[in-house]
Amino acid sequence: MQLDNLYQEVILDHYKNPQHKKLSPTFDAQVHHINPSCGDEITLNVTLSGDTVANVSWDGVGCSISQASVSILSDLVLGKTLAQAQEISDSFMTLMQSKGTQTGDENLLEDAVALAGVSQYPARIKCALLGWMAFKDASVQALAKNQ
Amino acid sequence: MSFNAGAVIADFPILSRTVRDGKRLVYLDSGATSQKPTEVIDAESNFYRMHNAAVHRGAHQLAEEATDAYEGARSIVAQFFGASVNEIIFTKSATESLNLVAYAMGNAPAGNRFHLKSGDEIVITEMEHHANLIPWQQLAARTGATLKWFDVTPEGRLDLSNIDSVITSKTKVVALTHQSNVLGTINPLAEIVKRAHTAGAVVVLDACQSVPHMPISVKELEVDFLTFSGHKAVGPTGVGILWGREDLLNELPPFLTGGSMIENVTMTSATWAKAPKKFEAGVPNMAQAVGLGAALTYLQRIGMDQIFSHEKELTKYGMSALLEIPDLSIVGPTDLEMRGGTLSFTVGDIHPHDLGQFLDSQGVAVRTGHHCAWPLTRKLGVPATTRASFYLYNTNADIDALVDGIRSAQKYFG
Repeated sequence: MQLDNLYQEVILDHYKNPQHKKLSPTFDAQVHHINPSCGDEITLNVTLSGDTVANVSWDGVGCSISQASVSILSDLVLGKTLAQAQEISDSFMTLMQSKGTQTGDENLLEDAVALAGVSQYPARIKCALLGWMAFKDASVQALAKNQ
Repeated sequence: MSFNAGAVIADFPILSRTVRDGKRLVYLDSGATSQKPTEVIDAESNFYRMHNAAVHRGAHQLAEEATDAYEGARSIVAQFFGASVNEIIFTKSATESLNLVAYAMGNAPAGNRFHLKSGDEIVITEMEHHANLIPWQQLAARTGATLKWFDVTPEGRLDLSNIDSVITSKTKVVALTHQSNVLGTINPLAEIVKRAHTAGAVVVLDACQSVPHMPISVKELEVDFLTFSGHKAVGPTGVGILWGREDLLNELPPFLTGGSMIENVTMTSATWAKAPKKFEAGVPNMAQAVGLGAALTYLQRIGMDQIFSHEKELTKYGMSALLEIPDLSIVGPTDLEMRGGTLSFTVGDIHPHDLGQFLDSQGVAVRTGHHCAWPLTRKLGVPATTRASFYLYNTNADIDALVDGIRSAQKYFG
């Protein structure tokens, strides 16, 4: 079924067993992002150590795509430098805009390549990007705070 | 003539197409927008093909024909729900109609019955679509008036137990929906209108979900303003209706100003034409208005009574079929009295977006999310729902496809 391109096993796994889904008591920045067209919500905390992502945690409600995507993102960027996180994020953005023509760089994106199928469903791209936009916002705020 | 769904379906060309690799299209999203019969599509395109010219201007035959077609559509709308022709205003949407009333009230100077100031009250309900909530919320913020509202009960009905303290002598306007776009609830207007009029307030009715689906007479409803959108009533997009009582339209200041809506203009001042022209600045959406005229003619030929009872049967069948599905909860009244053909529901832990996506893969088109009524879904404690909404071209087979789809989704995501 074509739908299996969208709902890869990895996505459903992350949805049922989300990673880092427990807001840390302390953080450098906390952001709350909403998808106004559907009501999906994510609160995300970022703590930096120098220019390294020392902790990412989140809480939220939403569809399997939005929740799995932020779970995958948290796994991916934890322990990376902001420059590496940026590179991953850029690559993910390109994948989401690819309309199904790309499969994604597995070395860089790891589990996030499972979201490649989302790019064939225009209405769902914003679901996949919700957590990534939240992380981008939070890391900029955390960096500004620490400088 | 008894209702024949098969003949109706044949009138809607889009219903014969397939989606998602050859699946039959099962369209259950008429609450968002309805599909269009051939004669509406033809009426709109024939206007462009044969009669296009700017209405109310131009000294040529086309301008005459265009004006006749446009004003003819106005007569059809007036006759459709028993209004006078001068009480029918064409807007671009129901959203614009509601904003028109709210902004025009905001323009009313002291002494005008619509003038709002600190201490005045605006009453809405918790089940309003954003289009009948935000214009009033913002009008209150601009004028210093207080926004009040009727709560919604857990069963999805308006809580009118405190009606005398919600609507008071300070109330200037009561704006509410006739039928909830999320819950399907039909609101008991008589009691609210009576109380509002006793208090000296005007009643603005959002009839987007009722005018397309049931016989309506503005005189019987006794409201003061009524709005609906063409595209939910098998008409084109880009055209909405505002109906208002003539004396009120004459007192209400204009919203948009410009060409067509004037009586006299100098460099420093202007006076207004009478309604409806006062509220129709600029060249209007003519082809769309003509299309709406064709749409209402079509609906009347089928019969609004017939459409209402057909949808009632669909709702009865759909309600009992859905309630048999384990873990499915209806969001809204489960009794069939005073409710229309809109069924919102949740299915266990399956997020509505995921359910909607799965149903789409089966050819079943539904709406998911908060349905532009975020305060309502928050109140009911559901971040989002899945909504199936019925219309004259739906059949029990469509509901069977929905039910099969939900059961398959439970296996897929289970």
